[in-house]
Amino acid sequence: MAEGSNLEHLIEREYKAGFVTDVEQESLPPGLSEGVIREISRKKGEPDFMLEWRLQAYRHWLTLREPTWAHVHYPPVDFQAISYFSQPRKDKDRPKSLDEVDPKLLETYEKLGIPLREREMLAGVAVDAVFDSVSIGTTYKAKLAELGIIFCSFSEAVREHPELVRKYLGTVVPQSDNFYAALNSAVFSDGSFVYVPKGVRCPMELSTYFRINAANTGQFERTLIIADEGAQVSYLEGCTAPRRDENQLHAAVVELVALDNAKIKYSTVQNWYPGDEEGRGGIYNFVTKRGVCRGANSHISWTQVETGSAITWKYPSVILQGDNSVGEFYSVALTNNYQQADTGTKMVHIGRNTRSTIISKGISAGHGQNAYRGLVKVLKSAQGARNFTQCDSLLFGNRCGAHTFPYIEVKNRSAQVEHEATTSKISEDQLFYCMQRGLSREDAVSLIVNGFCKAVFKELPMEFAVEAQKLLGVSLEGAVG
Amino acid sequence: MSDKQTSGDMLLKIRNLSAETGGVRILKGINLELRAGEVHVIMGPNGSGKSTLSQVLAGRDSYQVSADEFSFAGHDLRGMSPEERAREGIFLAFQYPVEIPGVSTVNLLKESLNAIRKHRGEQPMDAMDFLTMVKKKIKLVDMSEEFLYRSVNEAFSGGEKKRSEILQMAVLEPCLAILDETDSGLDVDALRLLADGVNRLRGPGRSFLVITHYQRLLEYIEPDHVHILAGGRIAKSGGRELALEIEREGFAAYERGADAKKAGSSRAG
Repeated sequence: MAEGSNLEHLIEREYKAGFVTDVEQESLPPGLSEGVIREISRKKGEPDFMLEWRLQAYRHWLTLREPTWAHVHYPPVDFQAISYFSQPRKDKDRPKSLDEVDPKLLETYEKLGIPLREREMLAGVAVDAVFDSVSIGTTYKAKLAELGIIFCSFSEAVREHPELVRKYLGTVVPQSDNFYAALNSAVFSDGSFVYVPKGVRCPMELSTYFRINAANTGQFERTLIIADEGAQVSYLEGCTAPRRDENQLHAAVVELVALDNAKIKYSTVQNWYPGDEEGRGGIYNFVTKRGVCRGANSHISWTQVETGSAITWKYPSVILQGDNSVGEFYSVALTNNYQQADTGTKMVHIGRNTRSTIISKGISAGHGQNAYRGLVKVLKSAQGARNFTQCDSLLFGNRCGAHTFPYIEVKNRSAQVEHEATTSKISEDQLFYCMQRGLSREDAVSLIVNGFCKAVFKELPMEFAVEAQKLLGVSLEGAVG
Repeated sequence: MSDKQTSGDMLLKIRNLSAETGGVRILKGINLELRAGEVHVIMGPNGSGKSTLSQVLAGRDSYQVSADEFSFAGHDLRGMSPEERAREGIFLAFQYPVEIPGVSTVNLLKESLNAIRKHRGEQPMDAMDFLTMVKKKIKLVDMSEEFLYRSVNEAFSGGEKKRSEILQMAVLEPCLAILDETDSGLDVDALRLLADGVNRLRGPGRSFLVITHYQRLLEYIEPDHVHILAGGRIAKSGGRELALEIEREGFAAYERGADAKKAGSSRAG
């Protein structure tokens, strides 16, 4: 009883990463045109093929309309009011090592609890940190280079490894894929590039912390990860953003390519500014993430924990092209206050005996709206394909919403497709039981929510799992009083 | 039997306790005193308010409670949240233990014990020491260690749920354990196991309030006092012989006076 009113308080919380670093920015004036794209490309010192590719994408983007099919609502975005490039001022003498990095920037990471250098030593994680549009530090590069692994900023890859970029860029997410992918292709700022050569197993987790900092600057990361035959890599992406009043657009594209017997694990903890309790501000996160299991026996696994952003529009997908390839999607999405999320995955089975697993956990609180949208597509060629989907929703109070839009298209009779779904409310009985054992209401909620998400958290690398649990705790702080 | 325990300090003192929910008055003036080390048994027909009493003692907020006195170890219970009561040493073995998917029993126990220790100003228990202790206690309920890693009450049989409650009681070592019909639905072996667990935990520092519908548990647990709860009141108190009387004659004699109220409330007791 009194479930609604009691639980509501737990949901209210302050965004802990809400601060702005005082670094002068050199930004392009707002607006988008061919001139702006040429300027971006020039500033980054890109070869001609890259500029041509951007322009081609831009011309296509001009013919597209914003998609409206997602279960999210927001005022129209004025694409001419966005600045498409910004970077810390000291452009020419870009830091070669962490020692050269502006201490202010490092301080920003410190405040977020991401001390680069400590992480470097303690966790053995190589960190490629993106501050706005420019990578400011890449670590462990030398060690990785010994194994022939390339881990660098995307801009650097364009300059240093143009043959690899040309070969794979846009082969998973074509320029014309969708409105935001086309926009990203035209104006992408920076991101990460990973290439793991044949037979090499990357000995450490590769990690990038993204951070949006400059006001009014769209962020257009571009990430490309290639695991050659028999290679293995685990990549972590995490982000927080400072407090803002106006909405900020983020439209990233991530492409993964796994060749024969290769394995890519991609984990995300996303904690961008979600807007305030009234739904003002917050990041618009319109992302295209897709992997292709191009080779036989290849394996791509997406794990995401989404607690931030005002609006999330994101479907990390796998195209299962190689025979016996495996695709996985593990997701926790939390929407609170006025946050909206429309997220899920697409598993496209093309090769024989391809298998996919989808585990989606949606948590809605406050006025949050949480939609799972998934497509399982089995083509005629996919003899013996299998899918298992489990889609669970947990509700707090009675003003939030959970929605499920599963699509299943099967063209091969031998396919096996399973779909399970549950919707539950966190119950007063569960809370009382835990409280009777001595736990505070907040700790009880945290325990129950983490239990609900366990199937996803266990897929995360250890240190990330701990971070994700803390994040959920923080996200639900004050939600029950 | 009750030679030395009855001389313990006053632990629970209840005077004229009433409780209602949704406009229905379920407890109508309960008087009860329980001293440290004592075992009290409350028997009563369905709908007499037995479970309501246990929920009210544990601090469930869905009841409006009034009393002239309602104190536990010198604290006024009326100002205490469920978790404060738990940390002070009140434990309720639930009649219907709820499932918590994804949360292992051992995890809940660790969180609980550390919350209680923190309240007492103690450090959290070392993880290895904790595990050693729990593994020792699980033998008390004759269950395998694998059980610790299963989600709380999920896909447990009725008997397993009850044993899990006893295990939790053994680990948390409360001053007052309330067993809410923990014996119902158990076969003779499980019943004996339950009683065995309780008997081993008995001692001068621990009191029990055993709520039951049947006399048969009392073949294994020897009570200091037996109370008959009917129509939201303690209708009669006595010793073990009172339970035997109920066994022979049923609750009919006590129900008559309470019938009027019973009709409307579903499963209040």
